[in-house]
Amino acid sequence: MENFTPISALIGGVLIGLSAGLLWAVNGRIAGISGILGGALPYRPNEISWRILFLAALAVAAGVTYRVAPALVPALPAHPPTFSTPLATLAVAGLLVGIGTRLSGGCTSGHGVCGLSRLSLRSFAAVVTFMLFGALTVFVTRHVL
Amino acid sequence: MNRRPVLFTAVTLIAGAIFGAGLAISRMIDPQKVKDFLDFAAIPSGGWDPSLAFVMGGAVVVAFFFYRFAAPRPVAAPDFHLSLQTGLDRRLLGGAAIFGVGWGLSGLCPGPAIADIAIVPGDVLVFVIALAAGSWATGFYGAFRSRQASLGNVPAE
Repeated sequence: MENFTPISALIGGVLIGLSAGLLWAVNGRIAGISGILGGALPYRPNEISWRILFLAALAVAAGVTYRVAPALVPALPAHPPTFSTPLATLAVAGLLVGIGTRLSGGCTSGHGVCGLSRLSLRSFAAVVTFMLFGALTVFVTRHVL
Repeated sequence: MNRRPVLFTAVTLIAGAIFGAGLAISRMIDPQKVKDFLDFAAIPSGGWDPSLAFVMGGAVVVAFFFYRFAAPRPVAAPDFHLSLQTGLDRRLLGGAAIFGVGWGLSGLCPGPAIADIAIVPGDVLVFVIALAAGSWATGFYGAFRSRQASLGNVPAE
């Protein structure tokens, strides 16, 4: 388990939980990224601007943290993310993630973080299902093909 | 109309920023690390990376207290927005399975993909465009189906 980073994983997780908690307690919204992205559409005009602001803040803060945090805390890994998936596969994967999260009404954040902490049975079933199919897919692509 | 529009917008930005920082610190922005978590076959050889479970666990414990002890209505908005669906159905489980396959193929889910636009703008854009197209097409199709159903043209699901 040479790549296991329990401390930075826990700190990052606590921050994500804090974000989801604040968005709920103050704004009454679920911090599910697939829902926020998928719902940024013209058919509910009042629901667009906050979604775009949230996603923009998320991307900018991630970009800044990625560049600044390893300089402040030398223990944090600084190497760039590894994108080894071929472009055509990435496009298919993106479509599947878009269709699947829309049908099931959530992703790792909406079902995983928000749903599990709300003790939702639907989210629990969704998380077990996407973990299982994610693991099966990685097994096939890494160990069978 | 929101009860406290300035606070609502401030919390939108702050929550988005904290979320993005959390993704970067936990390294969930790295598709390789996500695949290393999903690779349960690597457990016997010691190559498995359980980090994702720690991210999700930390987030769930913290968020639990907010959901549990939130005021009867949100501080800055008139009401809570939440799915009213209960029970398990084909859409939920089938959708989660489709999402899982895409997640395993790419190592990407929506949050990290959005974050990666500002970290390694490149291949990830293809993923995000396809993700938005898939989500929006499914949403439009669903709206079309329920409109048809309400007009009596096709049976509702």
